[in-house]
Amino acid sequence: MVTDVPTIRTRVAEVPPQDPAAPAVPPTPAHLIAEDFHLFYGTNEALKGVSLEIPARTVTAIIGPSGCGKSTLLRSFNRMNDLIPNVRMTGRLRLTDLDVLARSTDVVDLRRRVGMVFQRPNPFPKSIFENVVFGLRLLGVKDRGELEVRAEDSLRRAALWDEVKDRLDHSAMALSGGQQQRLCIARSMAIEPEVLLMDEPASALDPTATARVEELILDLKSRYTIVVVTHNMQQAARVSDRTAFMLQGELIEYGDTRQLFTSPHKRLTEDYITGRFG
Amino acid sequence: MSATILGQKVAALPRKQPRDFAGGAFTALSGAAAALIVLMTAVIIGDVVLHGWQTVTWEFLSGVPREGMTKGGIWPAIYGSVLLVVLMTVALVPFGVGAAIYLNEYANPDAPFTRIVRFAVHNLAGVPSIVFGLFGLGFFVQFVGVQMDRALGLDVTWGQPALIWASLTLALLNLPVVIVTTEEALRAVPREMREASLALGATRWQTIRNVLLPQAMPGILTGAILSVSRGAGEVAPILFTGAAYFLPYLPTSPTDQFMELGYHVFVLATQSPDVDATKPLLYGTVLVLLLLTLLLNLTAMLLRARLRANLAGRS
Amino acid sequence: MIPSAGPLQPGVNVARRRRLQRLREAFIAWVLRACAFSAVAGLLLIMVFVFREALPIFTSAETQREANFLGFFTVPNWQPVSDVPKYGLVPLLVGTFKIVFVAMAFAVPVAVLAALFASEFASPRLREILKPAIELLAGIPSVVLGFFGLMVLASWLQSVTGAPVRLNAFNAGIALSLGILPTTFSVCEDALRAVPKSYREASLALGASRWQTAWRVTLPAASAGVAAAILLGLARATGETMIVLMASGNAALGTANVFDSARTLSATIAAELAEVVVGSPHYSVLFFLGALLFLITFVVNVAAGLLVDRLRRRLAGA
Repeated sequence: MVTDVPTIRTRVAEVPPQDPAAPAVPPTPAHLIAEDFHLFYGTNEALKGVSLEIPARTVTAIIGPSGCGKSTLLRSFNRMNDLIPNVRMTGRLRLTDLDVLARSTDVVDLRRRVGMVFQRPNPFPKSIFENVVFGLRLLGVKDRGELEVRAEDSLRRAALWDEVKDRLDHSAMALSGGQQQRLCIARSMAIEPEVLLMDEPASALDPTATARVEELILDLKSRYTIVVVTHNMQQAARVSDRTAFMLQGELIEYGDTRQLFTSPHKRLTEDYITGRFG
Repeated sequence: MSATILGQKVAALPRKQPRDFAGGAFTALSGAAAALIVLMTAVIIGDVVLHGWQTVTWEFLSGVPREGMTKGGIWPAIYGSVLLVVLMTVALVPFGVGAAIYLNEYANPDAPFTRIVRFAVHNLAGVPSIVFGLFGLGFFVQFVGVQMDRALGLDVTWGQPALIWASLTLALLNLPVVIVTTEEALRAVPREMREASLALGATRWQTIRNVLLPQAMPGILTGAILSVSRGAGEVAPILFTGAAYFLPYLPTSPTDQFMELGYHVFVLATQSPDVDATKPLLYGTVLVLLLLTLLLNLTAMLLRARLRANLAGRS
Repeated sequence: MIPSAGPLQPGVNVARRRRLQRLREAFIAWVLRACAFSAVAGLLLIMVFVFREALPIFTSAETQREANFLGFFTVPNWQPVSDVPKYGLVPLLVGTFKIVFVAMAFAVPVAVLAALFASEFASPRLREILKPAIELLAGIPSVVLGFFGLMVLASWLQSVTGAPVRLNAFNAGIALSLGILPTTFSVCEDALRAVPKSYREASLALGASRWQTAWRVTLPAASAGVAAAILLGLARATGETMIVLMASGNAALGTANVFDSARTLSATIAAELAEVVVGSPHYSVLFFLGALLFLITFVVNVAAGLLVDRLRRRLAGA
């Protein structure tokens, strides 16, 4: 059992506190803002001035054909694109009050606040338990009891607990693809991020597993700000509150999901959702 | 038969491809070349095993050379070889693995520094082993050792051929082996593993230590074993840096000289006053050396095969 | 259902912890960079210290009285320990050339043909025999190959060729070829396997036989890599010491006959350095031989590296 000791949370200490006497609060989901955001791979402009605001505690879907820049945008929010050589970014990206692109921004802290789930499940070749507590160990949590409680909590929230509770010490590689993906979600949640970025989280899964992951996304909405990249329009319609449609590096339309799918403002959006291209 | 093309008369093409007899012969020849390599390998190993196995007894392995090296055993040479490669490994692996991590995980592949390092690694691998021997003598013994003696106010202690200098010379010789195999192992770790770890807020080093190194371990071990095997067999670099013709005692300090299996083979084969009397000992020593290096190689091969199978199974 | 865990509390002052962590990261990056630099430092130190010991030949009048650069090529004999030491390199260069020539003449065709066989014709099962055999051969220490050349090969070759002496350039060359076969084969085979399958399919679909495909399409496409393999073999053959030291007979004769005994640059260093006085002219000359070997192999290796790069670019950009 972990008692609620009033402590200043990791991230709050880094960010200038709004309220100097910040009480112990569960992580507040953050909102994301992009303003005139450009991204270049060398000389190739992959994102051409994207501006959008993603409110807290919502599920936002980013849709568009392959190569439209939707994954690139997603990976900009936790600076995963830093890994690629010759990437240049201009404009502004903000996580609540943190300037994501600023030189002074610590990407390690940023990535603790912004979790990510990848297209293909990528568990480490370690036990299920060690996968879930990987990020906790990095944060310096050593107490076995606390690790176990947090692992169970994350696995329950990822709706995986009942399937793996008897074999936590087995290799994660032995799980099915759908289980692996939920394990990766649990792993991300264990360090209590404020935002969860999901890059086509169900594209490598079968329909049953996909349905489970989609259910999970809806369940998690109350705690996190979730951004899902998907090429599957039905999936976007099922899980998201808001949808952004991108094409060739530009944000064409962004708004309420139902409205975007039923009466889009832009001709291009309509063409895409009715399947005229893509 | 003939045909007309663009107004020109040409002979009609044959309907059937001519049989490629010469090709068949060359194919057979290439098979013969491959068979020749296998055969020669088998002949060398077979000859050594056939003539050597009777000599390799416990007395031979644990005894010291006697009667002008025409009798006795090779224990001092085994002991010296093991000590030599252990010291070499201790000096070599941290640098080699560190360099490989830098090249694969930190360096910008197009940066001048990276290019220079890769150039150096490639060319270091091509420096003849005898030149390493000269370098070991000129640098470690005559420069570092002599300076150390001067600084410490000692008589000739460090400034002479010694175990430590031979180990360091071999370490430099094998640096490319460890760098190349470690890099190969790191490159084989899927990019997704790095992303997963970094996205969880791990730092670069945490990612390397907790995720990459454990997965690359078989590959790193392969490199270390290969370099040990090579270190145990190289004679030219230690000729002037520490190997001794004969020593009545076992080395106890890094400044001692030492006997070594490969050098012992050379000594028995070329410096013996009575070739026929030493022949059994010579074959026995070669067999021990060969077994040692081939077993190490075999281990490395199996490790690598398993590593590759794992990778293939994952994707 | 367990109660949800409380907020994550790393326990210490987080900002300070992170600052320390950043320092540690920077330190580790610096250490790793230094490790990478060790390869550069090693190569530079080799150059500096081998050349440094050879320097008296060019700077010291005393050394030059006994051994000078011009004399290396005009003095006909190599007799460093006679009353009037003679340091003529010609016999050593001739010996090196003879032995390397024999080794290459034998090893190159065998290695290239065997590589063609392994990459183009062999069934996977045959390849599983061939590859470990090559790796085993590569794992045999050169002193063992030298031993084999001295004890076994020499007698056998003498009975076949009728050479007047057991240990001669031909014998050393054949033994040396065993030492360079694995390198040449492996680099060659890598180059051949890097040729895209589509080339072969295109050729076979035009009705070419497998040999015609291998000889006219695959081999030319991989030619830069094959040339690199030959050069790497050449560099290794030139620098290899123990095999030639043991199997060549070591007489610095300088004749053109491959069935005469011969002595190479590398074997001269190995045989004589242990007995010379540090700093003597003879000592400097032996380091000069080392510097010469270093330069030759360095140039050949750089050329091989450029060829491998070219192959990679060509296959990637084609």
